[in-house]
Amino acid sequence: MTHLLPTQAPRRLPGDGFWRKTWAVLVKEFIQLKRDRVSFAMIIMIPLVQLMLFGYAINTNPRHLPTAVLLQERSDLARSVLAALRNTDYFKVTQLPRTEAEVDQLLASGTVLFAIEIPANFERAVRRGDKPAILVAADATDPVAAGSALSALSQVLQTALSHDRDVPDSPVMPFEIRTHARYNPAGVTQLNIVPGLVGTILTMTMLIFTALSVTREIERGTMESLLAMPITPVEIMLGKIAPYIMVGFVQASLIIGIGVTLFGVPVVGNLGVLAALSTLFIATNLSIGYTFSTVAQNQLQAMQMSMMFFLPNILLSGFLFPFSGMPTWAQYVGEALPLTHYLRIVRSVMLKGSSVVDLRYDAVALFVLMLVAMTIAVTRFRRTLD
Amino acid sequence: MSAQNGAQNGAQDIVIDVHHLTKKFDGRAVVRDLSMQVKRGTIYGFLGPNGSGKTTTIRMLCGLLTPDEGDGTCLGYDIRTETDKIKNQVGYMTQRFSLYEDLSVRENLEFIARIYGIAKPAAAARAAIERLGLGGREEQIAGELSGGWKQRLALGACTLPSPQLLLLDEPTAGVDPKARREFWNEIHALAADGLTVLVSTHYMDEAERCHEIAYIAYGELLVHGTVEQVIEASHLTTYIVSAEYGEGLSQLSAELTGKPGVDMVAPFGTSLHVSGREAGALEAAIAPYRKRKGLAWKRSEPSLEDVFIDLMGNARDNFQ
Repeated sequence: MTHLLPTQAPRRLPGDGFWRKTWAVLVKEFIQLKRDRVSFAMIIMIPLVQLMLFGYAINTNPRHLPTAVLLQERSDLARSVLAALRNTDYFKVTQLPRTEAEVDQLLASGTVLFAIEIPANFERAVRRGDKPAILVAADATDPVAAGSALSALSQVLQTALSHDRDVPDSPVMPFEIRTHARYNPAGVTQLNIVPGLVGTILTMTMLIFTALSVTREIERGTMESLLAMPITPVEIMLGKIAPYIMVGFVQASLIIGIGVTLFGVPVVGNLGVLAALSTLFIATNLSIGYTFSTVAQNQLQAMQMSMMFFLPNILLSGFLFPFSGMPTWAQYVGEALPLTHYLRIVRSVMLKGSSVVDLRYDAVALFVLMLVAMTIAVTRFRRTLD
Repeated sequence: MSAQNGAQNGAQDIVIDVHHLTKKFDGRAVVRDLSMQVKRGTIYGFLGPNGSGKTTTIRMLCGLLTPDEGDGTCLGYDIRTETDKIKNQVGYMTQRFSLYEDLSVRENLEFIARIYGIAKPAAAARAAIERLGLGGREEQIAGELSGGWKQRLALGACTLPSPQLLLLDEPTAGVDPKARREFWNEIHALAADGLTVLVSTHYMDEAERCHEIAYIAYGELLVHGTVEQVIEASHLTTYIVSAEYGEGLSQLSAELTGKPGVDMVAPFGTSLHVSGREAGALEAAIAPYRKRKGLAWKRSEPSLEDVFIDLMGNARDNFQ
């Protein structure tokens, strides 16, 4: 009969072994993650899919926007404007209404997103150098699309007219474009989207990963063994959070990398600053997810809590709507959300080149949020089965 | 191994020493007023029906639950205040398989070795795999092992750090007889090495393989001692009635049940166990039936099962 006990009791290392035990949990979590194909796929697929969807749907220049052109005069110049519009990819002239009422109706029904009106006596006014106005009405419910199409329009028109021999060559535009953005006068600029996505994707995936970690152990029955071992709640927590910091880091690099290569988003600031503050943000979200995990009774509840937390992060952080446009109470709520601070950080570093000193308020805020979450998690963690 | 750890109270041979433990869940006492002592190197069997408080008691001993009342020591450490020290020296095998099912055999053992601070975790895990006879299965995912191998791995996991006390909660539930027998051989080998083992079980044959047993029902420890002592203390008189092919036994059973002096009637294949707490009353009660044709009556020692069923019946009368 073989003996189960080692013939010689194995030597135990001296000391409390804080890092050693944390390391043990970390290794275990990593192996489990590696084996969980769905989670592993999620790490790569969520950033990719989200970025492609958001990026290509919103971020690139819109093409073939259905457009109505109302010609109030039948001049050569008006016709060459129409031809120029037809020759661009931006607009697709689908309607040639005859009255302004018709134009309004087309816009309201969504048949066209743009309406361009060449006023009467346009050609004569241009030749006289009177700078007549071309009226443009845009359906700005999708502000990004409207914004970029508008900026394209002025170029299209100028090019069209400069080819016309009868128009005096002049460095200034011989006419004026008077735009009227309907339905949503506030616009969000393109470059905000990719940095914003870094924050939202990290929030979502990080929350979910740790939110499930403690409840999973309880549901699978492994918690009883774990609690019977000489390990403290802090060691368990750090060991469970640490692997996902690396995961989050990979995700952030992936998103920023794609943003730079595919969408041409610049990174003006220091990459080191961006990496350091991103790590802080990742750790903050992981701590919050872990806190949910210690409060929730099962994995479903943990998931629901994460979603409930995720929603205000999306709505009140300045990702979807400009932060300064929100009512005061909503701004207070927003200040308590990690994404709010991270959006400021990531946008400032990537687009404006801000330094850590510029961003100290948001960095400290993230740090405080992380400490609060960790403290709650450690005190909430039940060391017994009572 | 025993010198440097705990047990400063002079009774270094008493590994578990607890008094008047009570544990309530939602106001309902699951364990009440339980006191027990377990000597070093013994295999202590913990018996009782489902829900009798065996698991709760074991959990209180290793610091997973805090008793509402009572106190005591485990390995010389206070079960209320020194649970960290207890956990370092105790191997606890849970009723349900509680290792990581998505980790391989080797990874599970390495994890445990690291948590317990064993100097060379990889080497310790490899050695344990050899000892367990799990060689060739070390890279298998634990969740895919058969019941018997899982149980073996679980036992190997809780013995890996060389604990001084093993707490095994129904370790053989759902394990085939051959694996059970091997398991008990291991337990005896471990005890011979000086390890103390507290093991809970339903199986009577397993109870008889323990050095000492305790019977717990409705949260109360009813009796403890060696198997002989427990049988002795029951003061039960038992007659075994046998019949060819068991004919007529069910009728006899119906007639005897509830008669004054007859406390228990239980069928065992082609025989019937008839027991009573007072020998005289039992003899008087069965006298009219002893002449019945085709039945052979024999006075016998009560079996452990007779004693436990009687104890349980008694306990139910007292507590419900």
